[in-house]
Amino acid sequence: MSEKYTEMWRSLGLNLEAHQGLLAVLTDAYQGIYLSQKNRPEGMKYFDFVISEVHGLRIVELVEEKNKGKQIFGTFCLYVPEELILAVDGVSIGLCAGADVGTEEAEKYLPRNICALIKAFMGFKLAGLCPYVESSDLIIGETTCDGKKKAYEILNEITGKVYVMEMPHMKSEEGKRLWHSEVRKLAAKLTQVSGKEITLEKLNEAAAVVWEKRKALQRLAALRAADPAPISGLDALLINQVSFYDNPVRFTQMVNALCDELDARVKNGVGVAPKGTPRILVSGSPMAIPNWKLHAIIEGSGTVVVGEESCVGERNFKTQLDPHFTSVEQGLAAIAERYLTINCACFTPNEGRLDDIQAMAERLHAGGVIHYALQFCTPYMVEAYKVKENLGKTAIPYLRIETDYSMEDMGQLKTRVEAFIEVMKDGMAR
Amino acid sequence: MKSGGIDIGSRYIKYVILEDTNLSEVYKLETGYDPLGTCRDLIDKTKPDRLLATGYGRHLLQAHHEVETITEIRAVARGARAFFPACRTIIDIGGQDTKVVQLDGKGSVAHFEMNDRCAAGTGRFLEVMARTLGFDLADFGDHCLGNGDNLTISSLCTVFAESEVISLIARGVKREAIAMAIHQSIANRVVSLVKRVGIRDAVVFAGGCARNRCLQKIFAEKLQQPIEIADNPDILSAYGAALMAREAVSNSSPD
Repeated sequence: MSEKYTEMWRSLGLNLEAHQGLLAVLTDAYQGIYLSQKNRPEGMKYFDFVISEVHGLRIVELVEEKNKGKQIFGTFCLYVPEELILAVDGVSIGLCAGADVGTEEAEKYLPRNICALIKAFMGFKLAGLCPYVESSDLIIGETTCDGKKKAYEILNEITGKVYVMEMPHMKSEEGKRLWHSEVRKLAAKLTQVSGKEITLEKLNEAAAVVWEKRKALQRLAALRAADPAPISGLDALLINQVSFYDNPVRFTQMVNALCDELDARVKNGVGVAPKGTPRILVSGSPMAIPNWKLHAIIEGSGTVVVGEESCVGERNFKTQLDPHFTSVEQGLAAIAERYLTINCACFTPNEGRLDDIQAMAERLHAGGVIHYALQFCTPYMVEAYKVKENLGKTAIPYLRIETDYSMEDMGQLKTRVEAFIEVMKDGMAR
Repeated sequence: MKSGGIDIGSRYIKYVILEDTNLSEVYKLETGYDPLGTCRDLIDKTKPDRLLATGYGRHLLQAHHEVETITEIRAVARGARAFFPACRTIIDIGGQDTKVVQLDGKGSVAHFEMNDRCAAGTGRFLEVMARTLGFDLADFGDHCLGNGDNLTISSLCTVFAESEVISLIARGVKREAIAMAIHQSIANRVVSLVKRVGIRDAVVFAGGCARNRCLQKIFAEKLQQPIEIADNPDILSAYGAALMAREAVSNSSPD
């Protein structure tokens, strides 16, 4: 996709040479990890195309949207309500944070020992590698974890366009009041930036678009319960990653078309791996695109990932929100309530997440759970203990992984994951 | 029938041949820069009827010779259990990994833990430290003096730990006392892994570092129980792999 977009990238202020390098690495990784998979559904072709145009055609679309007077809103967290962004005719984009890039530049501002996701979003910006962040009119951050909230201060110094939502860390009455007020404040901010009022009609329309998108993602998630699994975990993860930056209406259509195909696969007993293949649920820190490392290791070891209890996964679509508000005020309250059902480890206590993991393991017939924490992602690293204790009650095998985006620990991770699968298989045989 | 188990570790390749159930040949060669060549030579020389690969380099052999693989965790479990039928906990300190494995009553792996990505708490750590202090790795454990009181090596990282050691040397601390502190540092790290997994009798210490008498002693003290060590502790994984090759359980390999 190189030459034809060069002018656009230059005008966005990207570092052309480094960006070219990044695209080459991405293409290779995608070839090795994705296109080499066997038995992929036809419907994945659309998502392959989206990835091949991730910094190309999609950016052209965004530029066109901007020319029509629309604003681009970059986000890093599920807690930023997409309904509100769509209600001001905005485009919601989950920003780049899933690869080791711009590390040297990022480390001018950040400590070396910080979570890879934070280092990556700073690196993408500082190295001039993310056309999305360059296209954004407003970057909406949130105070989920200490690393992010402090990094946003610096990101704002550099870009001058960061707005931060204050997240409660307890789902108490006071916490809820704070969150409701933060949602109303965001609505006002979006109106100010876009110059568009949020009307009831707009809010209902926006919520209907998001409702359809969540419904499609729920449908995909439910199909993964079948044995044999009709789609690989890698492909399902990719779709969840794409959900953060594709056009939501088109994305929904494409996911539903894929699900029609998967329906037929399930009916005919067709899968990506033989029936009886060990099934794994992954739970923990988000896997921002193009972070495919753990799924590639797990599925490369002869198993299938059947679900992600993750922000890039189930947490994104688990709770629906009925798009029939009676007033803007009621709509904002309903939105605030819906978002507080997301069980992020930044909350204390966070027992809901433990129940979610149990329920998913059961529903998806997972034989084991792999807990994934990004190194230095303290909330998930610490919560891993509770997850382990809770899974122990139902004797579901559990493995804890802490890693980052680098490839240096691939050998160790592979040994751990393979040994875990051996333990699972021994358990299945008994 | 000849069954082979080959354990391609980060530092050494260990290779065991069983004639039926009897241990007939044992090899230990440096992994070096051409492990595949070394493995080929060994296989050509011994011509096993069945072969199973384990260890860090297992996939290398799998990719080039379609040899089935198992992880070193399962292999060491099988090998340790063959030598010590009552074994329920294994501490295996290899070149770049430290593993603690808990077995159920039948000898299957119940839980395991491995060190984090860095080399602290592994054989490599001991090797670097022995060199820094001018000792041979082979008898490093025999040069520890005192009980390490007043001295601690606290760094999480081998490189930083080495500079801690160098600053102790610069302070004029006897190298035997530093050696003790180093052994305690590695042992503390391993013991925390053991506690995470949970300890059950009997405890077997495997891997090349199991020959280190100072580590043996510290583990016995800290875990408050006797530690079982095979005469040839670094071949337990290869031995386990050979036994499993013989039993033709290779079809349960994950790949």
